[in-house]
This record gives sequence, C-alpha cells and structure tokens, in this order.
Amino acid sequence: MAKLSLEELRALRKKESQRIEKRDIHGRDIHVVVGMGTCGIQAGAKVTLNSIVDEIEAKGLKNVIVTQAGCQGKCDQEPVVEVYTPQLGAVAYGKVDAKLAKQIVDEHIIAGKVLSDHKISLEV
Amino acid sequence: MGFKNYILVCGGTGCESSKSDQIYKNLIEEAAAQGVSDQVQVIKTGCFGFCEQGPIVKVLPEDSFYVKVKPEDAKELISEHVIKGREVTRLLYSKAPKKPLEKVEDIQFYQKQIRVVLRNCGVIDPENIDDYIANDGYVALEKALFEMSEDDIINEMKLSGLRGRGGAGFPTWMKWNFTKQAEGDVKYVVCNADEGDPGAYMDRSTLEGDPHSVLEAMTICGKAIGAHQGFIYIRAEYPLAIHRLEVAMKQAREYGLLGKDILGSGFDYDIEIRLGAGAFVCGEETALLQSIEGHRGMPQPRPPFPASKGLWGKPTVINNVETWANVPVIIAKGGAEFAKIGTPDSRGTKVFALTGKVCNSGLVEVPMGTTLREIVFDIGGGIANGRKFKAVQTGGPSGGVITEENLDTPIDFGGLQRIGSMMGSGGMIVMDDSDCIVDVAKFYLEFTRDESCGKCFPCRIGGKSLYNLLDKITIGNGTEEDLEELKTIAHAMQKGSLCALGQTAPNPVLSTLRYFPEEYEAHIKDKKCPAGKCKKLIRYQIDPNRCIGCTACSRKCPVGAISGELKKPHTINQSACIKCGVCRQTCKFSAITVE
Repeated sequence: MAKLSLEELRALRKKESQRIEKRDIHGRDIHVVVGMGTCGIQAGAKVTLNSIVDEIEAKGLKNVIVTQAGCQGKCDQEPVVEVYTPQLGAVAYGKVDAKLAKQIVDEHIIAGKVLSDHKISLEV
Repeated sequence: MGFKNYILVCGGTGCESSKSDQIYKNLIEEAAAQGVSDQVQVIKTGCFGFCEQGPIVKVLPEDSFYVKVKPEDAKELISEHVIKGREVTRLLYSKAPKKPLEKVEDIQFYQKQIRVVLRNCGVIDPENIDDYIANDGYVALEKALFEMSEDDIINEMKLSGLRGRGGAGFPTWMKWNFTKQAEGDVKYVVCNADEGDPGAYMDRSTLEGDPHSVLEAMTICGKAIGAHQGFIYIRAEYPLAIHRLEVAMKQAREYGLLGKDILGSGFDYDIEIRLGAGAFVCGEETALLQSIEGHRGMPQPRPPFPASKGLWGKPTVINNVETWANVPVIIAKGGAEFAKIGTPDSRGTKVFALTGKVCNSGLVEVPMGTTLREIVFDIGGGIANGRKFKAVQTGGPSGGVITEENLDTPIDFGGLQRIGSMMGSGGMIVMDDSDCIVDVAKFYLEFTRDESCGKCFPCRIGGKSLYNLLDKITIGNGTEEDLEELKTIAHAMQKGSLCALGQTAPNPVLSTLRYFPEEYEAHIKDKKCPAGKCKKLIRYQIDPNRCIGCTACSRKCPVGAISGELKKPHTINQSACIKCGVCRQTCKFSAITVE
C-alpha cells in the first residue's frame, strides 16, 4: 500500500464508511424478512435473498434491514418475502423469484406502491 | 454480493481468556462448512464493556446480543441464526426473543452510558485501519495538519476543558502549552499506558479496541508542540494491547499517517513502543521517563516538570491513554461540543472498570457528574448474591472508600476529593458486608509497600510500618495507641514523600479510619472481625442442631480438623483448624457458622 495523500485518505474514508455503514442499524425503519425454512430454501429463497440484498445495495438504500425467518406456514407460496414499512405496514409476497425481488425493492420500498398481483395473506 | 449478517465477536483480553478467539475461528469455519461464507462476515472487535456476561457475540442487523457464548455454540449460531434466521434464545442476554426494534442499548447496563473514549470499542475491527478511517478516523489529524495552527489546536483543547485522566486531573491544554512554550529544538510526546491499579483495565481495553485513536492523538499533539517523536510506555503484561498497537502502527506507516511527510503536509512524526516490566511506580510520570531512558524506574523531584525538562532533558508532554483517546473527538467535533458533556469542574466522560461484589462487572463509560449510586446500582445492577452494600474503593491504592452516605455525590475530580477519595485512573471496586475494612486497607498497603521504589524513606519505611500496624490489628494484637500511630505515620507520608505513590498510599488507611472507626474498634477492643474475614479473630463452629452427620465436611477438610460419628453432629478441633472455610462451602445444611 502506497502512502496516501490527503485526497486519497478522504476518498478511502468515503468508500470505507459506505462499507461500514451497513453494520450500523440505527435509524433503519424498513424491515424485509425472507422466509428461509427448508421449503423456502428449496423453492429458491436464497436466490431471492441475494437478489434483494444486491438491489438494495445497488440503489444505495440505507434504511433497510434484511433478515431471515423460518417457515411461515405457506409452503406452497414459497419463497415468501414480508416487507414492513412505516407507510404500508406489513405486506407479504408469495413465489418471489429474483426478478420479483428486484421489483419489490424498486416499487414497494422505493416508490411505496404495493404489488397487488403478488400479495398474499399469511393467515393459515 | 453484500453480507447479510455481521457477527461481532469481542476480542478484549477478558473475553479472549474465555476462548472468544476460538469462537471467532469456529464461526468462520462453520460459516464455510455450512456454505454461507458469502453471507456473513465475522469481525473481531474491542471490548463491549459487559465483561460479566462475556464472551459477548453480537449479530447484526438483528442486533442480537449473545452472552456467555462457548466455542461449540458457533455451529448453532450459524445454522440457526444465519441460515434459518432464528435467534438462539438460550444464548440471548434476555433469554427471550427480542421485541421488534429493541436495541442493545436498551439493556439496563448500557443505559446512562455515553461512549466517547470507547466509541469504537465493540464496533470496529481494531486490527483494520480501514474500519477506523471509516468511522471518522484521522479526520482530526487532517484538520490539525491542514486547517489549524499550533495555537488553534491548543485553544481547542482549552475550550474542551479536558483534564488528565491518569488521576491528578491536570488540564491537558496547559501541559501542551507549557511544552510548546518551553525552549528546545527537540521535544517529545509520551503516552502513559502503565496502568497498574489492581482491578483497573480501562486503558488496556481502549488500546485493544481502538489503538489508532491514541496514535492519531499523539500525532496531533506532536504538531501542536513541535515534536517529531512519540513514545508509548506500556507494560509487557498487556501482550494483546501491544500486538494491536504494533499492527496499528504498521498500518499507519503504510498509509503514510506516521513517518515522514504525513499526508504530504511536510510534517514528520513517528511513534515507538517502550515496554515496562510492570512496576506500579512507573505510572508516575518522572519514573516512567527514567524507565524509557533505560534507568531504574524511580521518581525525580518536580520541578522541573516534564513540560520543561522531560525525556532526555527535553520538553515532554505526557498523557494517559484515556486522555489521548478523547483528543481526536475534541479536534474533529470542536472543544465546545465536547464541553457540553459532564460538569463545569470536569468535562467529558470517564471510563470506570467496575469490579468486585457487583452483579454486572465490566467497563462503563459515563458522563462526569453521574452519581456512584447510578453506577453501582443502575449500571452495575447492585450487589451480587443478595448481600448488603458496604463501600466502593475508587482510585485504587491511592484512593479511598466511599460509603452509603456519599453514594449520591456526583462523580467528578472535585467531588471525589471532597469526600476523601480521588478519581484515580478509574478502578472501582465494590465491597459488600463480607469484606473486612481493615483487611481491605491492609491489602492496599501490602500492594503499595511492595511497589514502593524505596528512594525516599517516608514511603519506604512509612508504608511498611502502616502495613505492620494493620497486620497487628487483624491478628488481634492491636491497641488504641496503634490507631493514633496509623494517623501520625499516614500524615507524615502525605507530607514527606517524593512522589504521588507515597503521598497517596496512606489514603486507604485514612479513609477507612474516617468512615469505619467502629470496625477498627471491634478488632482492637473486642478482638472480633465483624465481617468474619480475619482468620485469627474468627472461629468456625458446627451447629449440632443442624448437623446431620453426613461427613461431607470432614472428608473435605484439608487438615483433618473435623471429626465425629456418622449420622451424629460433628465438631471442629479449633487448634487444628486453619479457617480456610472449605467446610462452610461444603455443608448443604448451613450447619457451619462463623463468629
């Protein structure tokens, strides 16, 4: 590693603070939960999860927490993704593939619009 | 692909001694074995402070706070938490699933705490300079090198009101200013990391968790006073802190944050580590400088103060680790901002190592002005094992006891002095009613007697005499005159000793005499130890009504002093008993009493 100039240090700090910000959970009010029970993983929840995380990163969203949960009982609808936002409350989506996952980030989280065609009820 | 989970594992000495390093390794191995290395990043951080519950593992973004984790728990943490997204409730501090939006700071231990000095401990990886830089690291150095003059820096320190955290509480800006104004072409900056108080580990944890903050601060001071060389004097018994400092210094040099022409500013500055052999007296600044120079660690008369004639006779600034760790915050955010925390007498926060008979022992950082009651009962959770609070010793061997009546005194430099103790470096040892106050005073005097360098006789002979008198009292041979003699010697030591070690060594004696005269009286007049601690003054006895003759105690007794028939009450042969207390711990029927 070569010695830094002032500009290089500032650029490095900017880059690194973006990396470390992901660990900071303060002030995040949007919560995405991906069902990762055996059924969910079998149906491709891992691909879905990666797609969501990548899209959030690509769009530079800083107020979202993505976590995983076990099976929610809707095994036929897996992969299931649940999104909590302060405006829309909790909304669940079924059969979420990588493409739909991206759509959820762009339309539900960013634009604040529920994707009614894919919405499911989690009541069993 | 970003990480979904971050696992922060405490890498402080306390947790490492409970195998946190193995937990860290196992987590990485398990993540790989279970195919989720790309989803989870395992990071070793500095101390979380909640040492009572260590080893601590925190998982983000859920903010799950796992306590007393064992290396074999790694598999479950990965398979349950990371893969299935289910918290491992049995390891959670609350032992129950977390409520939504509940944060670690909501735990009572962390309420009332403000982390300035420990801002990065438990947050960043101390062995990764990029983590430090990301959290506004070296912002203060940039400002100091490119935007501020020497006087600007000192003025900012003045505005902050920062006082030295090593014990004496001398205003930091004045030290810097004296050294800047002192004549001399060569000047030095020294970091005192010779933390020697029994039970204190604030400085060690700061260096282990955030070494760059000290390096940055020392470099800023170098610019302010015109020094180009710094020394960190640290005891060799802190191997982890030394290792992290060495890693940090290497990384800082690679980035050009230490060495020649720092960041192209034209300012040269470097730092060296000097290892101490663990002598308490070397925490005294003039003895420390002697030791760096290669001489015996013995204090020198002051004046001249180090600011005018310090290391190798050159003007030297010497500050303690915690003082240094405050500096980058002051320079980056402004002295006025820093001064908003604390009391008019003492600005900022103070880190305490809370230990002894308290439920939550650990490292706590509170704003100055917090009361002792808040620290012991709110943060510390009160006295362990349902016993009664007796006193707190602050300031280590140089401080004094604080009793129930003074628990509501706001803690700052002046406040503690008024009640006969002192801030010291921040050790805080809590005692309960099973601690004998004469024995406590004896313990500290034994320590200062052993640690006296022997240069001046008030300390060398006075400390030994005090210890001998206390010993005499604890074995039941004390007289009324001994109490007077204790006071006479103590005052002579305070007046006549060369350095703070001898001047403050009598403090534990004087303060216990002031607050617990009746306990001294009991030892002398009644030949009794009310706390049941002093072996010569107590007897272990078996209550025949409770003893069922199970023989458990007689089998455990190391000297065979307990005899009796099976299923009949046993007795203790007092002439053979060594009062070790094993029988009392063994008895399941509370049949063994002490008086």
